[in-house]
Amino acid sequence: MREIKSKGKRHVIVTGLLAAVSLALVLGGCAQNSPAASPSASPASGASSSESGSEIKVGILHSLSGTMAISEVSVKDAEMMAIEEINAKGGVLGKKLVPVTEDGASDWPTFAEKARKLLSEDKVATVFGGWTSSSRKAMLPVFEELNGLLWYPVQYEGLESSPNIFYTGATTNQQIVPAVDWLLENRGKKVYLLGSDYVFPRTANKIIKAQLEAKGGELAGEEYTPLGHTDYTTIISKIMAAKPDIVFNTLNGDSNVAFFKQLKDAGISSADLTTLSVSVAEEEIRGIGADVLAGHLAAWNYYQTTDTPENKAFVEAYKGKYGADRVTADPIEAGYAAVYLWAAAVEKAGSTDVDKVKEAAKELEWAAPEGKVKIDGETQHLYKTVRIAEVQADGQFKELWNSGEPVKPDPYLKSYTWAAGLSSGS
Amino acid sequence: MDVVWLQLFNGISVSSILLLIALGLAVTFGQMNVINMAHGELIMVGAYATYLTQRLFQMYLPASWFDQYFLLSILASFVAAFLIGLLLEKVLIRFLYGRPLDSLLATWGVGLVLQQLARTLFGAPNVGVKSPSWLEGGLTVTSGLSLPYKRLFILGLVAVCLLAMFLYIYRTAAGRRMRAVMQNRDMAACLGISTRRVDSMTFAIGSGLAGVAGCALTLIGPIGPTIGTYYIVDAFMVVVLGGVGKLVGTVFGALGIGLTNSLFEYWTDASLGKVLVFLCIVAFLQWKPKGFVAMRTRSLD
Repeated sequence: MREIKSKGKRHVIVTGLLAAVSLALVLGGCAQNSPAASPSASPASGASSSESGSEIKVGILHSLSGTMAISEVSVKDAEMMAIEEINAKGGVLGKKLVPVTEDGASDWPTFAEKARKLLSEDKVATVFGGWTSSSRKAMLPVFEELNGLLWYPVQYEGLESSPNIFYTGATTNQQIVPAVDWLLENRGKKVYLLGSDYVFPRTANKIIKAQLEAKGGELAGEEYTPLGHTDYTTIISKIMAAKPDIVFNTLNGDSNVAFFKQLKDAGISSADLTTLSVSVAEEEIRGIGADVLAGHLAAWNYYQTTDTPENKAFVEAYKGKYGADRVTADPIEAGYAAVYLWAAAVEKAGSTDVDKVKEAAKELEWAAPEGKVKIDGETQHLYKTVRIAEVQADGQFKELWNSGEPVKPDPYLKSYTWAAGLSSGS
Repeated sequence: MDVVWLQLFNGISVSSILLLIALGLAVTFGQMNVINMAHGELIMVGAYATYLTQRLFQMYLPASWFDQYFLLSILASFVAAFLIGLLLEKVLIRFLYGRPLDSLLATWGVGLVLQQLARTLFGAPNVGVKSPSWLEGGLTVTSGLSLPYKRLFILGLVAVCLLAMFLYIYRTAAGRRMRAVMQNRDMAACLGISTRRVDSMTFAIGSGLAGVAGCALTLIGPIGPTIGTYYIVDAFMVVVLGGVGKLVGTVFGALGIGLTNSLFEYWTDASLGKVLVFLCIVAFLQWKPKGFVAMRTRSLD
């Protein structure tokens, strides 16, 4: 009798646990690329309705809650600041910009749903938003279907060029490819690839492997860890055993904190091993600790320390508005630049109509905080200057190298012979 | 050869961290049958308590005292998580005893509330905690084998927590009352034990242990609003594998998962290693559904 009863209870607990585990997995999980598209909404007719009287509505769509809020809130802040600055100078076409903010909640179907809402209900002239590639890929069909306009501010894995998206972050040939070239020339030939297990690191590493083969580099090892992985002792043992010159780090988010803290504990400093990260910016350094990261490298197009008069004004305004302890970083700057580029294109077109704005945006130039940028008419990406820098003890970057001039975006790596065959897969 | 020893040490180190995060859960889940999904967030509370202690030391005390902050922060983490656990038990958990599925949902909600609270108070980005300088570096055994002091410190901390819990549960009057209530609530109540008080004390102690785990995790991992979600699944896994209701089972559970995880991860990679560990756990629970150490009880529940 006793046995049976206790088994019954046991069963309830185990069922509960299964539910608990699956809940936690849902909570921490991600990657649902299929957007919940309901084709009921009527296609927006241009954006004429967004210009009501003396106002132009623009959408802002970032994750303000959930795991990605950590990164996206700052980008939203920079975009809001740009809108305020433009309004203070008299707005666009003499009209005030009115931001409509929506929360993508770190959930990719939500991004698609909110994008649809912004376009068909609020009838915004354009949307600034997204961070993860998954959120962009979820929004893409919505923008193409309703002929909307999306400005996407983050470096990504390339191999994409939607007629309805402007990409103001770097594509691979403006960050990863030149960084690998620089490392092979200056830091050694043996490269170890370490990344989080999702689309960006895997695509990036596919490109890097082709590049290493063509440029005489040597692959020392390749490891992927699940998102949110927090124990890197075993990986570090493997790295020590492989004895690479360079670790090319495409880890994302919190894993970087664990990796760099544990690398330091293992007694490996930047003097023993070069690491170059493509997802560690000023904001992340504060969470990892400058003492842990000092001497390690990163590749971006912009740093808070980038020496241009526009950047001085930008950093001052950002800190003035949001607090002296805030820092600017590459995606924050790219979000800020996106608002200004769109405004300039609208002024040039004399209208917020999506097709006219796209036409006017071709070859448009702007002096951004990162230096001169130009929209490439063919791919709708930006010409950007590539910069490699080293983390200093104060948590800021010191630039070691830059490309001298803005690099033409090449999302499909067509101009690189060794990359032939990479883009065919996607 | 060094690599073998290093991996063995890594495995033990991972086990010690698993044990630390699971110890509090072994009390709340193992002893009380409350599926506390907010356990991860209590770990987060401990981590932020450590961060706050560090900030206070930086702001108000001379720099030469800074290195001592960490010892104090262990206490602060325990107290902060203990108090939140106590509050949680008083206003929520006590209505949910004997209803594991309801407690699962309710505590999951509490976890989300605590996460958002942390985001509001401290901001969404990770905060930085500087490790005390006496934990920097490592013990060099041979040229290729160095054991980081932080890992050794966590091992020591786990041993202390485990010993304290053992003494509390098996050697004190309060611990005896706790075991009595958990084994047979009605009989214990008949014998004059205030089960209400024992319940809230037990839950608060389990929560406090989660806080200590959070404090230790600041040495090696990120400190942000979502850190609890990284550890909660592992913590439940350890308790279930070890056998619900026995501390020694939890120790075996942690060692089993930690060592096999390090081994599999070294042979394959991090993702596949995890899958293999999960497979082993599933297979093991098929064979021994009660885990490593099954509790024999005369309880009538």
